[in-house]
Amino acid sequence: MNDKNLHYTPLHSLHTELGAKMVAFANYSMPVQYPGGIIQEHQHTRNHASLFDVSHMGQITISGENAGQALESIMPMNFIDQPLGQHRYGLLTNDAGGIIDDLMVTRIATDSYFLVVNAGCKVNDLRHITEKIGKHVTIESHEDKALIALQGPAAIDVLAKWVPELSNLRFMQASNFNIDGNQCFISRSGYSGEDGVEISVSGDQVESLAKLLLAQDAVKPAGLGARDSLRLEAGLCLYGQDLTENITPVEANLNWAIPKVRRDGGARPGRYPGYTIIQQQLTQGPKRKRVGVRPIGKAPVRAGTEIVDAEDNVVGVITSGGFGPSINQPIAMGLLEISVTTIDTRLFARVRNRLVDVEVCKLPFVAHQYKR
Amino acid sequence: MIKYTEDHEWVRMDSDTDATVGITDFAQEQLGELVYVELPNIAASISQGDDCAVVESVKAAGDVKSPVSGTIVSCNESLDDTPELINENAMGEGWLFTINLDDPTELEGLMDESDYQAYLTSLE
Repeated sequence: MNDKNLHYTPLHSLHTELGAKMVAFANYSMPVQYPGGIIQEHQHTRNHASLFDVSHMGQITISGENAGQALESIMPMNFIDQPLGQHRYGLLTNDAGGIIDDLMVTRIATDSYFLVVNAGCKVNDLRHITEKIGKHVTIESHEDKALIALQGPAAIDVLAKWVPELSNLRFMQASNFNIDGNQCFISRSGYSGEDGVEISVSGDQVESLAKLLLAQDAVKPAGLGARDSLRLEAGLCLYGQDLTENITPVEANLNWAIPKVRRDGGARPGRYPGYTIIQQQLTQGPKRKRVGVRPIGKAPVRAGTEIVDAEDNVVGVITSGGFGPSINQPIAMGLLEISVTTIDTRLFARVRNRLVDVEVCKLPFVAHQYKR
Repeated sequence: MIKYTEDHEWVRMDSDTDATVGITDFAQEQLGELVYVELPNIAASISQGDDCAVVESVKAAGDVKSPVSGTIVSCNESLDDTPELINENAMGEGWLFTINLDDPTELEGLMDESDYQAYLTSLE
């Protein structure tokens, strides 16, 4: 019963076999959870290792003699000095300083960069990138490739059976490896707050590779539900909620993603879309900022919920909200007016016409376990 | 006697005038593991179809509509600490509240067990 308007990843039949509950996400049929349920999948990831299908994300290679220079004209990143094999988080910005997408970039050769972009953004990203720098670089979208993530403290140990050298890779480095005959591009990275990897592999081979990994004692499948609760506990942004075309990197509290070399006083300042606004906010501070928001009681506060102060003035909005299984309490992030973003500030969330006590808190809710 | 709504609530008559209300097994299965339940106030007066409780899972919040009109008599306070009772036993220990009915004839408009099973089949 395939819906012809939906895309299916090469692991679709495996998901079905495993009893996944499938949902439409960014035009893809994706597993939201398996029979164990989101909480169990979440806990398993924090304690062992979980396999996530993230093949819906876009994989793009940008190459050419001046690829680094071209990419610097559309993103506030340091591509030119990026070491080979280095994996980095970056942002595509628009002229208003808003975020078109957040993505991962690895320099795979002197003149070649590999991008992993959000599923919901990939068509727009490709159009945007082609429009801006298509004349100067070669852009290749790898529709034939699948992407899986193995996340959790046991991930590297599990893979050591085939790739013992993987333990030499530090978090945010990437390279080519061979897993049981499958040619893989592996980055030690992920979006769960845990140690782990993302594995790019041919769509033809991904099912056998996934089955091989799932056959290991420490590994269980996990879906988008656990991916969301894990990333929220880790204080990581979800594009479309915490990041949009109307939110700047500074407002999103992602200043760390803009290197000094691209700021005023650096070697190559500006010359990317939205520079004037972003630099002004870097210098003077933004009017609003993404912060952690902890509901005081047990009631979850969901995305879109208004935040008000004691005088009932609206001071912001929840951008991501749910329940954190590792800390067994509701958690959220919100975009709030700068005057109320001090840690421990008490505010209220308007939930179903009543007010729920919340406080501004530090992120992440659960400490990152990256092996740097 | 037990009756069902199209929104997947159940109402079981405990006497001629009082009933227990909950969500069905199908509803809890759809929501996934529950982490929070908001129950109505005792003595609140509620009309049939009103949003009267909220059941929240990790990923979503679901409104519970009252299957009947009446006055809230008691709520299942165990759900404050163990909302997962609904996942474990939606039709039993996972009940939400008891209600004193204004008009027991409202029940005639609801589905009985076999109607509800047929309705579930139609949703597949």
